[in-house]
Amino acid sequence: MVQLIYLTTLLPLLGFLFNGLFGSKIKNEKIIGIIGSSTIGISFLIVVGAFFQTLSMPVDQRQTIVNLFTWIKVGNLDVNVSYQVDQLSLLMGLIVTGVGFIIHVYSIGYMHGDKGFGRFFAYLNLFIFAMMNLVLGSNFLLLFLGWEGVGLCSYLLIGFWYDRKFEKSTTSDAAKKAFIVNRIGDFGFLLGIFLIYLTFGSLNFNDVFARAASLNIPQYVFNFIALFLFIGAMGKSAQIPLYIWLPDAMAGPTPVSALIHAATMVTAGVYMVARCSIIYASAPAIMEFVAIIGALTAIFAASIALVQNDIKKVLAYSTVSQLGYMFLALGVGAFSAALFHVMTHAFFKALLFLGAGSVIHGMHDEQNIQNYGGLKKYMPKTYVTFLIASLAIAGIPPLSGFFSKDEILWSSYADGNIIYWLIGVVTALLTAFYMFRLVSLTFDGKERFGHDKHPHESPAVMTIPLIILAVLAAVGGFIGIPEIFSGEHGNQFDNWLEPIFQPAQAKIAMFGVHSSLEEIVLMVVTLVGVIGSIYAARYIYIKNIKPAEKLSKRFNGVYNLLLNKYYVDEIYDASVVTPIVKGSEIVLWKFADIKIIDGLINGVANLIEKISGSIRKIQTGVAQFYALIMMLGIVAALFWIILSL
Amino acid sequence: MSVPIEYYLILSGFMFLVGVAGVLTRRNAIIVFMSIELMLNSANLSLVTFSSYMGNSTGQLFVFFVMTVAAAEAAVGLAIILAMFRNKLTLNIDDINILKW
Repeated sequence: MVQLIYLTTLLPLLGFLFNGLFGSKIKNEKIIGIIGSSTIGISFLIVVGAFFQTLSMPVDQRQTIVNLFTWIKVGNLDVNVSYQVDQLSLLMGLIVTGVGFIIHVYSIGYMHGDKGFGRFFAYLNLFIFAMMNLVLGSNFLLLFLGWEGVGLCSYLLIGFWYDRKFEKSTTSDAAKKAFIVNRIGDFGFLLGIFLIYLTFGSLNFNDVFARAASLNIPQYVFNFIALFLFIGAMGKSAQIPLYIWLPDAMAGPTPVSALIHAATMVTAGVYMVARCSIIYASAPAIMEFVAIIGALTAIFAASIALVQNDIKKVLAYSTVSQLGYMFLALGVGAFSAALFHVMTHAFFKALLFLGAGSVIHGMHDEQNIQNYGGLKKYMPKTYVTFLIASLAIAGIPPLSGFFSKDEILWSSYADGNIIYWLIGVVTALLTAFYMFRLVSLTFDGKERFGHDKHPHESPAVMTIPLIILAVLAAVGGFIGIPEIFSGEHGNQFDNWLEPIFQPAQAKIAMFGVHSSLEEIVLMVVTLVGVIGSIYAARYIYIKNIKPAEKLSKRFNGVYNLLLNKYYVDEIYDASVVTPIVKGSEIVLWKFADIKIIDGLINGVANLIEKISGSIRKIQTGVAQFYALIMMLGIVAALFWIILSL
Repeated sequence: MSVPIEYYLILSGFMFLVGVAGVLTRRNAIIVFMSIELMLNSANLSLVTFSSYMGNSTGQLFVFFVMTVAAAEAAVGLAIILAMFRNKLTLNIDDINILKW
């Protein structure tokens, strides 16, 4: 099975080609949907097979390189298309194909009747192809190929409904924004790759990481590599200051938001940093930077999510916030905790988005939660699954989010700084609050929609994926039960990934010993806060809205600041976009282009015209004058010949 | 007793100069045309002279060709002059200066 891993990229590619080429000809949605989903389903089975095969191997032999063909061979640069099957890539592969398959099936129901049905599945398959290259590639260049590929698919899918309006502009504008902001990050990533090749003379993960661990390389080189790679991760994984594209990415269809902008693509940055853990472990200053950015993003995005009214916007900011959590974990050296959260987040956030999609589907494209209310009796399955996901993201035991979030909080306290822990806890409280504000406004309370809306439960093809994901979101955390509860076997999830992060962990100076009592106390403190936060949200948004209104009136400035997302878009507009547009217009266009370039060319033309204008007078048109000149010429030539004899 | 070759050549050169002067100074197209014929014939005279002087008949043969071509050229030239006259109602070549920028 491990040797067949190339099929997990080949099949989605074939699916993409089939649906892309013939999708518009085939009018039957079933055929398109089955082909689109089954390629991913088979890939998932192959990854599962490879996982169990790897699991049966001894721990020190769990890495297999599947070499397909030589891609680039120039001088010392030798890049193969080869896939690295190890604990980390298998984990990511399982998430991508597993959650991907569920979302593909869901899309058959969600996209029913859309005129771009075939195109949609073609893009989704192309996305899985790129994402699998990203997580399986055994060198930085293949990683980069996948990295750019998922960016392209993200662009195509955000702008999928290119003829629709989105907020103040169009979905194409949102797509362009995502692509351009990602380009900024990708540029940093590319610089990082160049620097890696310059320093280590190779792009293969194994070579680079072995040399990073053994060679004596100056500190600042590591710092620069780690920083550049992290800039790439900031773009792809929506961290401050490059997070602004993710909320706008909600212009795409909801399954896209679930698959690309919640479960898989946005975690690529986390995967990449975890993959390069040894490089980051060698650059402590950048680790600190990663942790700070992660913590800031977590609390910043969570505070925006408190007051948003678009159901998908709330979830989008929640995603940004949870990604911040993951980077906080990476920054304090808890790599496996970050990946644990990647996994549980993929379950519950995909579920939340698909649930939101189900609500939007049932409410005929209404997305404002102020116009929902009381939906739980109309769509019970959606409600229950959505509630499970909300409890999971809020961190209520024993749902999956509790374990991953708790591990991150504990690591940030133990390995990092009490400030990180504090920010983490406040974010957890905010998360619980905005999630239950969302749940209460959507499913509980009075019905606030008009009589023209007839909410209904979604078809089985949509609710069954919801139920599967709900089960995963509920029990997914059990593979990572912390050591204090599970006894001598320790955290199974950490054990599985341990060989990958072992070199990095060895390099990071480990923290002092903390008692397990401390861990339990912190856990209980967080839990009490979260439960209180949930009750507060339910009280305010179901029973008595007055405190919230009073609060928003009292702190009108803060409320508006949050509602307008800290005016970050406006600030970027004023500080980056407008100067570039104005600069291009005034300096580049009206001065450099018109005055210098056009002026140069027109000047040359004018000069030639002036000169030739005076010379052309010689041509009088009188034939005799021409004859005279000819005569004189002949005479002169004769004289010259005679004299030279 | 033969005439020295210089006599022929001087005559030929004189005829040529007369032709040149005619082409350059006269304004009537017909006369310019006749002057050109004069130049052609001066060249013919030189050819015949050298042919006889060298005892080689090639030059004389060549003159026949020149005369044939000149006859054809005269026909074409006169036709052009006729067409021009029909257009402009004049034969003054100063007025026919359309051959410019």
